[in-house]
Amino acid sequence: MQDAERIAAQAVERHRREPSQLLQILIETQDGIGHLPAASLTRIADLLELPRARVEGVAGFYSFLHTEPVGRYRVLFSDNIIDRMLGSRGLMESLCRRLEVAPGEVSAGGEASVDTTSCTGMGDQGPAILVNGLAVTRLDEARIERIASLVRAGTPVAEWPAEYFRIDDNIRRRGALLGEDFVPGAALQAAMARGRQGWLEEMRISGLRGRGGAGFTTAVKWMACRDAPGADKVVVCNADEGEPGTFKDRVLLASQAERIFEGMTLAAWATGARQGLLYLRGEYRYLLKHLRAVLALRRAAGLLGARILGEGGFDFDIDIHLGAGAYVCGEETALLESLEGKRGTPRIRPPFPVTHGYLGRPTVVNNVETLAKTTLIALQGGAAFAATGTPQSTGTKLLSISGDCAYPGVYEYPFGVTIEHVLEDCGAHDPQVVQVGGASGVTIAGHEFHRRIAFEDVPTAGAFMVFDGRRDPFEMARNFVHFFAHESCGFCTPCRVGTALLKGYMDKLASGKGAKMDLADIEWLDRLLKNASHCGLGSSAPNPVIDTLIKFRPAYERRLVSLDFKPAFDLDAALETARRMTGRDDPAAHLDWREEV
Amino acid sequence: MSDSIGMPRVRVATTSLAGCFGCHMSLLDMDERLLELAKVVEFDRSPLTDIKHCGPCDIGLIEGGVCNAENVHVLREFRRNCKTLVAVGACAINGGLPAQRNHLDLGDCLQQVYVKRDGIEEGGVPDDPELPLLLDRVHPIHEVVRVDYFIPGCPPSGEAIWKFLTDLIGGRTPRLAHPLLRFD
Repeated sequence: MQDAERIAAQAVERHRREPSQLLQILIETQDGIGHLPAASLTRIADLLELPRARVEGVAGFYSFLHTEPVGRYRVLFSDNIIDRMLGSRGLMESLCRRLEVAPGEVSAGGEASVDTTSCTGMGDQGPAILVNGLAVTRLDEARIERIASLVRAGTPVAEWPAEYFRIDDNIRRRGALLGEDFVPGAALQAAMARGRQGWLEEMRISGLRGRGGAGFTTAVKWMACRDAPGADKVVVCNADEGEPGTFKDRVLLASQAERIFEGMTLAAWATGARQGLLYLRGEYRYLLKHLRAVLALRRAAGLLGARILGEGGFDFDIDIHLGAGAYVCGEETALLESLEGKRGTPRIRPPFPVTHGYLGRPTVVNNVETLAKTTLIALQGGAAFAATGTPQSTGTKLLSISGDCAYPGVYEYPFGVTIEHVLEDCGAHDPQVVQVGGASGVTIAGHEFHRRIAFEDVPTAGAFMVFDGRRDPFEMARNFVHFFAHESCGFCTPCRVGTALLKGYMDKLASGKGAKMDLADIEWLDRLLKNASHCGLGSSAPNPVIDTLIKFRPAYERRLVSLDFKPAFDLDAALETARRMTGRDDPAAHLDWREEV
Repeated sequence: MSDSIGMPRVRVATTSLAGCFGCHMSLLDMDERLLELAKVVEFDRSPLTDIKHCGPCDIGLIEGGVCNAENVHVLREFRRNCKTLVAVGACAINGGLPAQRNHLDLGDCLQQVYVKRDGIEEGGVPDDPELPLLLDRVHPIHEVVRVDYFIPGCPPSGEAIWKFLTDLIGGRTPRLAHPLLRFD
């Protein structure tokens, strides 16, 4: 225990006893110990002068933080529907069998634990797992067998074959962003030559809208932050790409980090911010080293730090914060809470982050892709940027394509591209359903494939999951409902309870005990979640159910056994214990599963 | 069988499953309004009438959760016969106090009560077929049959039950405003 306290204290000191660094301190403490024993939390609370409950509350919130011991090898299977279609469930059973451990538990000797986690962003090269936080892709039975023997032999993860950790970019179609080489600093120079006001004017002309899903006009956000009272402005890059089926930000972080950081610096030039933060989802931790190296290069080149490119008064630097497995932190105000070292509970808006953001300071929060795109506007001007796409959705969009297609990967298209065009390009032979925008997005049926990817038609943060005729739209929706129930932050009752109830109904239907009444209840719950939830997680949680109930209703109806109501559990089986205890087997000791007439 | 303006009276059945009859006491607690209620309502099966089986009814009021096989039969009888079925009180809605045993294994419970308890010499779990068998868990009634409305409270006040029934009988969607849902 003394060791735990020492490791915790060292982490606190590395972060200069700053309470806003609590999440980073907990992550580093866990790295040193393996989990977060009670003594370490007490020590951290003491040193930060925070209530013990506040520290425990944060430790308990994030799914990658553990207050109980976990296996020395902690294996998490990505549980998105795409990983499942690629066979993740069978592989997980196989690994559990080989390691003699039950899912969700720690093996007898404490050597390994195997569990599931939400989508890890490897849909184009799954099934994927995280081993002690590092991504392993392209699993098959042979790789599982080999991993089991590495675990049994106690081989440190650092000594596992590098091939396991290979992550491909799989860029299949290049447009304006992915197609051009980038010279670090060039965009910044161009923007600085225009002056702060002139640069913002180019941004306004470009019509650039946020690529994280909501589609808010970036220039308006930047101007609002610039004009907000308070000198200590902040630029935050949201790299918490948690939407199931999305991985384009991962590819940008790996291949276009210079553009992303330069975009943040361009935002600082426009708003006058001096501090930048990039919030990297825990699943992409393997990118941390690379990103830090790029930051160091940029500092050395005078593109970060004091007097950027020699401009007096232009001081800006960037820190990277790690997330720890919480989808809700992709919501910008939850992300700010997390950056401040708190539980990722979304805030009530207004006030908006542009006036009251990180630590109450005016803050711009932009998606990775949005920031990368700003470098194009700086180099070519706003009008050239707006020349592609549609009038309301300018520029290009990166799509993360996965599922039943020959060429999964990242595709860059001008906005306005039709879904059928994309399906043809990615080699989808028998597409029946496309889920655009991830679990919270839109379910597109065959008769809608002529629709266009654009804010004014089918908006998307980038996920594009393809399902062919072998797949069941009900199972897709059920997978997403499980995802939301797991990821609900628990703050508001409509979402916490509503997602759990919705999951119960979907499971009841899946087990073949559904009745017409359940469909009515599901639709009632959908409305409740939509209208009463505190944030977008709860209000978009029913989307896949709403859409599939409209477009694929028979997938639900064929599971129904009655037009009225059936219990979700077996009444006769519920009497089994009492039958055994009393030794009875008379007719009154049984209940017909069906209602007697 | 009809009131002064010729409208047929509404037929109501009530029962207590795994409950304490507290909700029925609350029903009686509407005091002199019972006389008003009696003008528009006639009771079918109910502890108030001692009628043993439910006939076709307009409204069924269920107190208590479902803890044994008999509860299931009674509840099904109500569902078959009542156009509108109402869960009354915390136990019918959530399982309530009886559902506290859901955290325990039923076998252990029966052992503890009938076999191992201090002072019991020749214990044994009763096996008389007259006694309904216990379900392994106590369920809210909506997990066993379709339920149309819910009146929360432990117990709901007489006033809440009055408001609910008069709404229902008057053809208004029943609505209990905040003061009727306050229990502190």
